[in-house]
Amino acid sequence: MTDKEKKQSSIDDKLFKVKYVSDEESHLKPDAVQCLVCKSKVCTYICPANVYEWDEENKRLIIGYENCLECGACRIACEKKCIEWAYPKGTKGVTFKHG
Amino acid sequence: MRNKTEVIVVGGGPAGISAAITVARAGKKVVLIERGSYSGSKNVFGGAIYVQPTKEIFPNFEESAPLERKTVSHKYILRTETKTVSVDYMAREDASNSYSVIRSKFDRWMAQEAQKEGVVLVTETFVKELLVKENKVVGVKTELEEYFADIVILADGVNSLLAKQIGLRKEIKPKDVALGVKEVIKLGKDKIEERFNLKDGEGAVYEIFGDPMLGMLGLGYVYTNKETISIGIGISLDELAKRKLKPYEILDGIKSHPSFSPLVKDGELVEYSAHLIPEGGYKKLPKLYSHGVLVVGDSAMLVNNIHWEGTNLAMISGKLAGETAIIALDKNDFSANTLALYQKKLEKSFIIKDLKTYKNVMDIVHDRAKSFLGYYPNKIADFFHMFTAVDSIPKREKYHRFIASIFTDRSISELVKDGFAFLKIVLGVLK
Repeated sequence: MTDKEKKQSSIDDKLFKVKYVSDEESHLKPDAVQCLVCKSKVCTYICPANVYEWDEENKRLIIGYENCLECGACRIACEKKCIEWAYPKGTKGVTFKHG
Repeated sequence: MRNKTEVIVVGGGPAGISAAITVARAGKKVVLIERGSYSGSKNVFGGAIYVQPTKEIFPNFEESAPLERKTVSHKYILRTETKTVSVDYMAREDASNSYSVIRSKFDRWMAQEAQKEGVVLVTETFVKELLVKENKVVGVKTELEEYFADIVILADGVNSLLAKQIGLRKEIKPKDVALGVKEVIKLGKDKIEERFNLKDGEGAVYEIFGDPMLGMLGLGYVYTNKETISIGIGISLDELAKRKLKPYEILDGIKSHPSFSPLVKDGELVEYSAHLIPEGGYKKLPKLYSHGVLVVGDSAMLVNNIHWEGTNLAMISGKLAGETAIIALDKNDFSANTLALYQKKLEKSFIIKDLKTYKNVMDIVHDRAKSFLGYYPNKIADFFHMFTAVDSIPKREKYHRFIASIFTDRSISELVKDGFAFLKIVLGVLK
């Protein structure tokens, strides 16, 4: 495994242990127009669940909202302050058993 | 009116539960709304709860609460990439000050206790917004319904979008929060007690400074639970953003340090979690009350990060808000004027006093992170390296060389700045 693959597998292993009930609709809604001109794309590295990935080909964010740990880091760190961020609905989202 | 109660508390964590139970104990009607499927299901901390403040809410909690281990040992660990310097404080015989707990069990227990005392708990319900009428908070709007109350207590956590909605707090800046990520690793009782030098039921808390966060505003920790250990980091969001770091890679770095990996060897990952910690301190406190509304716990940014205290500030602020609500209900006056009593109570308590004591520390440490959390830890490790090395070099020569090195690898102006910053912290705390 390359170093990059190892790192990817480490976060995948972590996320695999988390219990989620996913909604059909994303509770994280960045403004795609702002994302286009955003330089840092800070959400793609600051998120502890690796929710955001930049798709260079289609020039847009891929959002794995199903993995969201509901911490709020992306909302606060976003350089464009453009993430419309809500908690998932009452019955959805993450359930921590060992928090 | 249908759907009307005396007090609504939004958020079923330690602050919200403490507020609700205080109100219920006075015979008032209170509804506690939790968005998770049970209290604690959305909560993450290190962590440990503290005995004295918990007793203020639950006097006999040690008899029936789900507790993990009684803390007898605190270890402060300074790490460079290859070396470790540590101080171990152990007080085995003294009555303990804290217990490690798992929030999904402990918060849930607290909520059940609150229900026994008359709190109406509503779970799996998300409050979308506050209902405001003529500048007064009059209730909450959930996904399904509108609920009305004389007073709404906001205990909706660090992100408190509700406090923001009504202008009690401004948007949080990245430097005023830390991101916490944590792994819970199963080792089994025997391995934990053997590796952490503990007897049956005893617990240890490790605080880790330095590698892999050398020079950064961040810390690592370990708490021991019954069968598992909790390993985590808390790092300034600002630091992560500036350095383009992934939080989980830092967490992996905590575990893989040569001095540490034997502790987690053969452990099984049970859960991974993340949460924000409000760290702005006194200067970043939001407005704590307004007409018909009070803000408690993390929602009010009540965390003393220097001492790793949060749940205790949450519980006591909840209690003080509850007491204020009772007085307002008796007077039938829910104006900001009456609810200002909550702020006065907080100011008289350790909560605001402690936050004031440390009000300048975070600014200074942010400013000097590279030296206080990078250069000096390295230098301390260097000192022990020098002190323990047997290399036929005369000792006096080695001392002189060590002292001289401080003046050669750091400019005088930087040393002076460090000295002033240190003095400012000490004087600020002690004055």
